[in-house]
Amino acid sequence: MNIEITFETITFAIFGVLTLAGGIGVVTTRNLIHAALYLIVSLFGVAGIFILLAAPFLAAIQVLVYIGAIAILIIFGVMLTRGMTHLPERFNRQGGLAAVVVIGGFVVLLVGVILPVWGPNGAVAAEAQPIFMTTRDLGIALVDKEQFVLPFEVASVLLTAAMVGAIAIARDDESRD
Amino acid sequence: MVGCISDLSACLIDAGIGPGLAGFLETLVGTLIVTLLPLTLVIILVWIERKYSARVQDRVGPNRVGPFGLLQPAADAVKMITKEDITPAGADRIVYNIAPILSALSVILIWAVIPFSPVHIGVDLSIGVLYFFAVGSVGALAVMLGGWSSNNKYALLGAFRVVAQLISYEVPNILAALMPVMIAGTLSMQGLVHAQAGMWFAISLPLSALLFFISSIAEVGRTPFDLLEAESEIVAGFNIEYSGMKFGLFMAGEFLHVLTIAILTAVIFFGGWLGPGVQEVPALGWLWLAIKSTILYLLALHMRSTLPRVRIDQLMSFNWKFLVPLSLVNIIVVAFLFKLVQELGLTPAADETTNIIANLPQTFILLLGNLAIIGGVLVYLRGLGREQRLANEMAAAVDEDVEHHPHHDEEVAAAAVAD
Amino acid sequence: MVSLWVYLVLAAALFSIGAFGVLARRNAIAILMGVELMLNAVNINLVAFWRFVRPDGGSENMFGQVFTVFVFVVAAAEVAVGLAIIISVYRSKRSVIAEEVDLLKW
Repeated sequence: MNIEITFETITFAIFGVLTLAGGIGVVTTRNLIHAALYLIVSLFGVAGIFILLAAPFLAAIQVLVYIGAIAILIIFGVMLTRGMTHLPERFNRQGGLAAVVVIGGFVVLLVGVILPVWGPNGAVAAEAQPIFMTTRDLGIALVDKEQFVLPFEVASVLLTAAMVGAIAIARDDESRD
Repeated sequence: MVGCISDLSACLIDAGIGPGLAGFLETLVGTLIVTLLPLTLVIILVWIERKYSARVQDRVGPNRVGPFGLLQPAADAVKMITKEDITPAGADRIVYNIAPILSALSVILIWAVIPFSPVHIGVDLSIGVLYFFAVGSVGALAVMLGGWSSNNKYALLGAFRVVAQLISYEVPNILAALMPVMIAGTLSMQGLVHAQAGMWFAISLPLSALLFFISSIAEVGRTPFDLLEAESEIVAGFNIEYSGMKFGLFMAGEFLHVLTIAILTAVIFFGGWLGPGVQEVPALGWLWLAIKSTILYLLALHMRSTLPRVRIDQLMSFNWKFLVPLSLVNIIVVAFLFKLVQELGLTPAADETTNIIANLPQTFILLLGNLAIIGGVLVYLRGLGREQRLANEMAAAVDEDVEHHPHHDEEVAAAAVAD
Repeated sequence: MVSLWVYLVLAAALFSIGAFGVLARRNAIAILMGVELMLNAVNINLVAFWRFVRPDGGSENMFGQVFTVFVFVVAAAEVAVGLAIIISVYRSKRSVIAEEVDLLKW
């Protein structure tokens, strides 16, 4: 196997390490605020991966939605449940079992991913061509009546329903007048 | 020499430097300018801001250090750096130190996509406007982390308020910036400027420009929306525990943010670097952009020194009950009118986009739509104001009645309630 | 050139990390964060497959990106409702430990 050291490889390595290290931080840190910060690091790494994959629009949305909204929402959630931020026990009773299951699952995935490349059949991995203007194509695909306009509308209904539901559930009964 | 300003790498290759090195040097110089320019500008901005608000408030302002007090910012910087750097007990050290950096970073990163002239831009991303909003959302995160890590309940309360304000005002801000994007058909900053070659968006979409500017002022946290770090509110807000240069970073980020949104408003709505002579001498773009953004910047400063501060509930209801519905109506009307213009074939032809005459029909129709919305809102507000005034007069009349018949005040109050 | 399988391995690793968080963490908010990691791993997969399997531009080839957008939408909705439920549970039981919310268990 020959790995060329190019700009793309280095960038991929940096963002890949950010993604995985952040992910490990999320599941192992005791302090939940720190876990949320690691989550942001990990999500930022995924945004970088999107840019490498020629999807800049998704990268910007990733930062805007995940870091700007979801991570802040999670930090709010952690702060509103004070006293639960530092639990003495991080993992539940089945923690060890879960680790074994997850590692087993990862190995299965790895075999499934790598076997087609290096296995007896040796399928050659596709080479990606340079592409441009994916943002415009994405926009057209989302509102094209032949394609995704119906799921698009359903998604907005889902967001509205989620908003109403979240407000209704989290509302404080005592402050009702 | 002039050629070197427009195309550095070609100039360097002429001087006998290899193409690879020349390209690298050009990128390096560009990166340094984009990062260092805002940091240097902050020093001047502090002076301008203090001097300007002093003059508005009939004071002299800084005048001791250097001519016209020009060296005052330097003295301030020295003071900030030499102050004791205190980390409160029980603070989360790492997060506490990251927050000010993130805060300044979220502003400086925006400069990467600002087009200064036809050829000078950090990087012309195909998603420039979206990048601006994505980076800006990191600012809210910095505030949240700073407030939480200080281990101070007032800082935390202040941070909650700030984040609520930032997230709320992001909605009309994005919705307002959507209009030029829709008409230009691109998210790239240079594309937006080129789309205004025939007519500025500020003229065809005045309402969007106004909404964008107002909600940007709120995003920055400037008067009249400055209760997040007002000196008299919750002990100065989320940054109460910060001292020395860390506080300085928060302040620098804020000062710089005001100029940044002035520049962005100039780019998105006032034609950016467009101006006479830019096609021949691209470097002139810097001058035109500087003039436009300085005017907008002084407008923001003037708002700061003249307007009173609003309360937190007024702040929130102004956003959710006024700005957001207005932006939504604006989107629907502008989108409809733009489609109408397209269907009627009134859009300027592809080779005439820079011709002002060819742009007039489209501009006229969009402007008319905007004026109709503004007029409708004014009429509605007038009706609302009259209703309130009548209610106040009724209440005053009841009060007078109470004064005339002190024995019957309970009955009168009951009658007023029944009314 | 980074090949497809490298992206897939990265996504698989991230998915496994997230799955471990969901299975093993006690705090419900930490579980939610694990779910976010898993969704992001799926997103990497979707975009990587789009990039390598359907790379000829044009709006009819945008499935991968379109599905990623829908994952964003669903993730946002999921976090909003999930956190609302967690905060509601915290109000009534003063706890966000997933094991202690066991009213539906025998």
